[in-house]
Amino acid sequence: MSEKRYAPTHEWVEIKDGFAVVGLTRFAVEQLTDVIYIDLPKVGASVSAGQPIAEIESVKAVSDIYAPVDGEITEVNTALSSDASIVSRDPFGEGWLFKIKTANANPTSHLLDNAGYEAQIAGQAH
Amino acid sequence: MSLKTPLYNLHISLGGRMVDFAGWQMPVQYKSIVEEHNFVRQSVGAFDISHMGRFRLYGPGSQALLMQSVTCPVDSIQPGQVKYGLVLNALGGTSDDVLVYRLNDPDDLPSKDQWALVVNASNREKIWTVLLAAIEGPETRIIDETLDTTMVAIQGPKAMEICGRIAGVDFSGLGNYHSRSIQWKDHEILVSRTGYTGEDGMEWSIPSYLSDSLVSALAFEGVPWCGLGCRDTLRLEAAMPLYGHELEENIDPLQSGLSFAVRKPIAGFVGAECLAKLEGDTSRPIRKGLRLSGKRIARQGDKVYQDGKEIGVVTSGTFGPTVGASIAMALVDPAAAQSPLAVEVDVRGKREEANWTPLPFYKRVKS
Repeated sequence: MSEKRYAPTHEWVEIKDGFAVVGLTRFAVEQLTDVIYIDLPKVGASVSAGQPIAEIESVKAVSDIYAPVDGEITEVNTALSSDASIVSRDPFGEGWLFKIKTANANPTSHLLDNAGYEAQIAGQAH
Repeated sequence: MSLKTPLYNLHISLGGRMVDFAGWQMPVQYKSIVEEHNFVRQSVGAFDISHMGRFRLYGPGSQALLMQSVTCPVDSIQPGQVKYGLVLNALGGTSDDVLVYRLNDPDDLPSKDQWALVVNASNREKIWTVLLAAIEGPETRIIDETLDTTMVAIQGPKAMEICGRIAGVDFSGLGNYHSRSIQWKDHEILVSRTGYTGEDGMEWSIPSYLSDSLVSALAFEGVPWCGLGCRDTLRLEAAMPLYGHELEENIDPLQSGLSFAVRKPIAGFVGAECLAKLEGDTSRPIRKGLRLSGKRIARQGDKVYQDGKEIGVVTSGTFGPTVGASIAMALVDPAAAQSPLAVEVDVRGKREEANWTPLPFYKRVKS
């Protein structure tokens, strides 16, 4: 298992058994609050880094979720379709969103490390 | 540069998420919109509504001024009564929705007439200009006391009891949509049994320097502060219109289902002539309620379809925490609203199934 890396758009990625597991950061779900619904991508879809592929709906607003790496969606967290609030309760664990199979040998090199992400969100809270 | 209410520091200290709303820094939420919503439905919550415009009118011409400016039956408002009404433009469209308070004692002479008007924050300057232009005679005066006062709404099934304790007044005799002047902390303040949540409760207008006293009293009673986020979900479930959504300069009150707030015959106020003509016009869209089958939320501007044809547009939508569904209000073709055919809402490019549902979505059971 690798260390988590982060997209500036608040997705986290962890390489696990050759797949990129993707979720939303705690900061992101705390900003959203009151998550009602998550629209997940289709299994088998080809995605490229930076592309909006899913959406998360809270009472306040709807936000896009972006693919943090290139590849193909191999699995989505179906538990979220019946209870989207899992994302708020456990964003880094049970609340993962989808897995991407990536051909790239070092797929997360363009993403932020923990310190880089922390620096980005400092002062971004509102 | 946006304005700050006298409670701004309180919002910051409570971790309120501040946004610019109609030129004011206001809290959307402190923690969770749904939790705050549930406090109000189940128990009690307090809202800073100091951004709302508050005018006072004095003198012999004030009733005539209000008759000319507001659609509701101003001449039949009793002292101590509050009525909802609309300010229209010359074409019958809506410039604002307002509350009119008649404040004088029953035995006061008309020359001692006193009124209060609460208008939307976004329309305060517009309505002020309308009133100033229409005012007649040197003895009739109008004062904007918005920036000198604090307005707080205390809403929920426990609100009346808590307000009674804070005021040291028995409010059980105060009817819905009635106001009263009370002595509080050695000052005369205006309180009314009104609100914008679909729950029982009060709205208090106090001099700004009494803000801390009210904040402490509410804290002592354990009343949580609630933000504009849940104010919106609460009013939407109760199907109360919001200016800029269900009401606009190009939306008249009749199509938005507010004929109860328009006096009959339709005459004697700005916009009456056009509105009277519109009354018989059955072609213009009307306000209807929709319940979506899925959980995605329809937002303002989303288009409504029936049988492949565009029939209207969403004015407000949210996930109603109490009704437990995605709900929306829309202005739609009246013929389509009568048709049993299925309806779809285009939510960001994807069609969502929806059903007509009677308004309001939520109605409290009166105790």
